[in-house]
Parts: sequence; structure tokens; C-alpha cells
Amino acid sequence: MSQSTEVEPSTTAAPRRTATPVTATRRRPARRAGTPYAFLAPALILFTAFLAAPIFYAGYLSLRKVQVSGLGLGSKARTEVWAGLENYARSLSDPDFLPSVGRVGAYGLIVVPTMLGLALLMALLLDANRTREAVSKFARISIFLPYAVPAVVASLLWGFLYLPRVSPITDVVEAVGFTAPNLLSSDLTLWAVANIAVWGGTGFNMIVIYTALRAVPTSLYESARIDGASEIAIAWRIKIPIVMPSLVMTFVFSLIATLQVFAEPMTLRPLANTISTTWTPLMKVYRDAFTRNDIYAAAATSVIIALATFILSFGFLKLVGRRAFNQED
Amino acid sequence: MSVLSAQKRSPLATTLLLLGAAYCLLPVLWVLIASSKSIGELFSTFTLAPSTHLLDNIVDLNNYRDGLYWRWMANTALYAGVGAAASTLISAMAGYALAKFEFRGKSLVFNLILAGVLVPGVILAIPQYLLLAEVGMTNTYWAVLLPSFISPYGIYLARIFAAASVPTEILEASRIDGAGDWRTFGTVVLPMMRTGLVTVFLFQFVAIWNNFMLPYIMLGNDRLYPITVGLNGLLNQGANQPSMYTAVVTGALVSIVPLIALFLTLQRYWQVDLAAGGVKA
Repeated sequence: MSQSTEVEPSTTAAPRRTATPVTATRRRPARRAGTPYAFLAPALILFTAFLAAPIFYAGYLSLRKVQVSGLGLGSKARTEVWAGLENYARSLSDPDFLPSVGRVGAYGLIVVPTMLGLALLMALLLDANRTREAVSKFARISIFLPYAVPAVVASLLWGFLYLPRVSPITDVVEAVGFTAPNLLSSDLTLWAVANIAVWGGTGFNMIVIYTALRAVPTSLYESARIDGASEIAIAWRIKIPIVMPSLVMTFVFSLIATLQVFAEPMTLRPLANTISTTWTPLMKVYRDAFTRNDIYAAAATSVIIALATFILSFGFLKLVGRRAFNQED
Repeated sequence: MSVLSAQKRSPLATTLLLLGAAYCLLPVLWVLIASSKSIGELFSTFTLAPSTHLLDNIVDLNNYRDGLYWRWMANTALYAGVGAAASTLISAMAGYALAKFEFRGKSLVFNLILAGVLVPGVILAIPQYLLLAEVGMTNTYWAVLLPSFISPYGIYLARIFAAASVPTEILEASRIDGAGDWRTFGTVVLPMMRTGLVTVFLFQFVAIWNNFMLPYIMLGNDRLYPITVGLNGLLNQGANQPSMYTAVVTGALVSIVPLIALFLTLQRYWQVDLAAGGVKA
């Protein structure tokens, strides 16, 4: 679009010269070819050093192993050699790995739909404008507030609220005469962690969707309203399809965040002995790298997680026609 | 404004929104109350009954290892402030180049950036640690700062903002006036992208402020910790030493005050419309 003003005068301007003055375009000094590269240089250097290089390095390490010769004493006794796919086989057959993948899968199935469903509902409620101004302003700020709370602090706050000795939930349930469930018992830990993620993420996604809804011209549904369409029908038939690109984007980002859940279970661990050191795949990577000093297994598991994330997020974008990343054109 | 926009109020909508707000405020309300309790009260009195020990708890927190807590807060402000400022400038430059120039390799660079958006950040933490260990930079401020300077999502946003809010005609005019590329960028482009760049800054600021895994892996010296790693350590100590729990709870409360204040003052920047940018005809 913006390029239309930069059409080369020599090729197309001639027949139109009488109609459009092109003097300004012709008089400008020639652009130096290096300029865009100079502007991009810092980003590209940092991208290479902190994104590309670590990815390749992880890939390299995942194919290496340490070979111990003799008694394993002395500096020359340990040498690094090629390992083929040994680390991958070891990673995949680790008895802790598949359960952690299953746990994160279940966690994602709980978190992503609940969080985005709530975010969409709240955004539509705000956009429908059926409440007092003060109520919607208060709700908007309150629901967005958890975004300002780091996952570590959120886990800490909820962790205490889950402790049977502290929890107001326990007080209320027992006042009614039931035995309160222990939210940090092994059956419920997954839900307890999922709740923290839903609490922390709903507000941000609500704001993204709400912003997209505000951009929809009201004329688009004003006539539907005159025809007597209900607010729910308008939301379902007009508003949701229009904000679909934002929903796709929030879905992909939520999916990526879900697969790398780490801070929440790490923080809950001191409060809940039901969370093992390999509770999520990323926790297993951490344990392998820093507790067991097995960076090769850690690298292989990292590569597997990264590949799975890529396949899921690209697959999803392909499925919906990559609408999310083309919306600005 | 149409007559129809004055809708009749819906009690259901009000109830649902207030329920959502209550759910989101509950832990914040709890930490506010819990910080006012002494260690004995924390585990004995009714959860939502406030007490009078807030100041004592803050004094205790202040005295913990000669004010280490405040150092964690200052470190966090440094990591988030410097990291987000550098990242915003780098993103603005790259976004501007991608939006307003034609050059060889442009689509390759853009696709790399998009792929970067989808790379799960913390997967990188361990190889980043190993690479920085090779050059002896782990356990320094730089180990946390440098990786936070690059934000593919920030570049992606900056490209949208540059395309939407910097008219090509104005760049031409600046060039005709004889301004060089860097001068044009500093005096024309940056001011026009300002609103969008505040959003990029805030995104990155919050991301760094909330980050846990990268500093957790990179840092061994607890004087370099940001608040998230520091509080995690305090909580772990609490498992053996329950008297630490009041420090943990009070520390959690104090740590969220600055960010909440920042949010309330900069609210309007969180409503910037990504699709429409700042274009006004």
C-alpha cells in the first residue's frame, strides 16, 4: 500500500506526468543501500547470539555425550563424542518424561479453553455496554490486575490460599458442615496450578480481545439490533467472527506459554509435596541440566519440547490460514 | 452517538463482571490482610480477619540480611527498566527498517522474526546459560540483561506501528530537507511511533519483571537476584523455618505495589489498538 507513492518515475510516470506532479519524488537524494541493514544490525546480532545460537547449540549438544575412559580420573579421561540419537532415546524412555508430558497436556486442556473462554466472555460483557460505567471500569481494571503480578508471586499467594490451615475455602466449606478437600493433594494439584495460570492470564487476553472489539464499527451491528437481534446473537454471529484474528493470536501465545510452565510448580513445591522435580517437561530439563549435570539429556529434551511447540503452533496457524500474523496488511 | 447505544442495563452482565473482579481481587485482598498478621496469627485467625502487625512485618523484612529485599527490588527495577528501554529502541529501529525500506533479504528477516515470536522463550534459557558460561558472563547483571534486549514480538509490534503511523511522505520531506537517515529516525520517526513504543516498552517491562526461569538459572549470587528469584528462595527457607513466612507474605505484597501503581497510571496505553495503530486521516 505505502509503496504506491514510490513508483519509479522512469517506468510508469511518463504517460501520467501531466496528471500527477512527481517532482518531489525525483529530487530526493538516492537512498543509501546500507541503511536498512544498519537499522536492523543490533536486532540481528542479538537475535543470532541469544536466539539462533542457543537453538543450534542445544541441537548440537543433544547429539553429543561424554565418554569416560579408564577409571575416569584426570582431565583427559572424559572426552565428548558423537552420540547419535542416544540422548533422544534416553529422554523419551525416561520413566519421568511421558507422565510430565501427559500432565502438561491435561494442564493445557484445562487452562487454554478456560482462560480464553473467560477472557472472551468478559470482553463481550464489557463491550455490550449493559452495565454502569463505574462497574465496567472497576471490573476491567480488577480483572487486568493479575497481569501485574509475577507468576512466582501469584503462585505464592494462591499457594497459601490452598493450604488447609490458611484457606478461607476450608473455613467456608467446614462451616457448612462438609470436609474440605485438600487442594494440594495429588488429585487436585493439577487443578490448583491451572487455576493460577487462568487467574494470571485471563485479564491480559481480555484486554487484547476487548481492544479488537472496540475497533469494530458499531454500524456493523446497529442494524442487526434494530432488526431485533439479541445481544447474544450479535456477539455470536458478528462480534466473535470479527475478532477471530485476535482470538487466534491469543490462542497461539497461550499454547506456547502453557507448554513452558515452570515458575508456578517450582514455587508451589515448598508448599505441596505432591509436585515432583519432574512435574513438567521443563522442570525435568532443569533437573537434568543442573541437578544431574547431564546437559546432553537436558538439550535433547529441550529440542523435543521446542519441536512439539513449533508443530502445534505452526500447525494451528496453518489450520486457520495464518490469519493472526497477516492482520496488519 | 446513536439512540440505541443507551442500552438498558443487564443485572446478569453486572453480576458476571463483578464475580470476575472478585475472583481476580481475592488473592490481592488476602495478601493485604495476611501481611498485617503476626506469624502466630497467620495460621490461626480467620483468613480474612486483619490484624495490626503490618509495620512490624515491614521492619522485619527491612532487617532481613541488611536490607537484601530492597536490593532485590532495585535489581528488578534495573533489569526491567534498562532491559525494556534497550529492547524498545532496538525493536523500533528494526520495525522501522522492515516497514519502510525495501531491501534484499527483507522477507527472510521478517520470517525469522516471526519464527522467533513462536520460539518458547524459556527453552532457550539452558543453552543461553551454557553459552554465556563459555565467555564467563553468568552470574553477572549482563547475563539477565543481554538476553532481554531482543524481543521478536516487540519488533513485530514496532513494524505494525511504523507501517501505520509513519507516512512515507513525511520521510520524503525530511530527506528533501537534507536530514540524514539517523536524524530522520530520531527527530521524525521515533516521536511519531511514540504511543506504540510505550506499549512495546510496557510489554517488555512486565515480561522482564515477571521473569523467573532466566535469572533463576543465570544467577548464583543472591545479591544479584531479582525479586521473583529472591521470594522463591525465601519461600524455600520457610519450609524449614516457618517464621520466614511473614517475611514471604509481606515481601509478596510490597513487591506487587510498584507494578500495580505503574498499571493504574499508564492504563490508557493498554488500550492501544494493535490492528488500527495510530493512523488518523
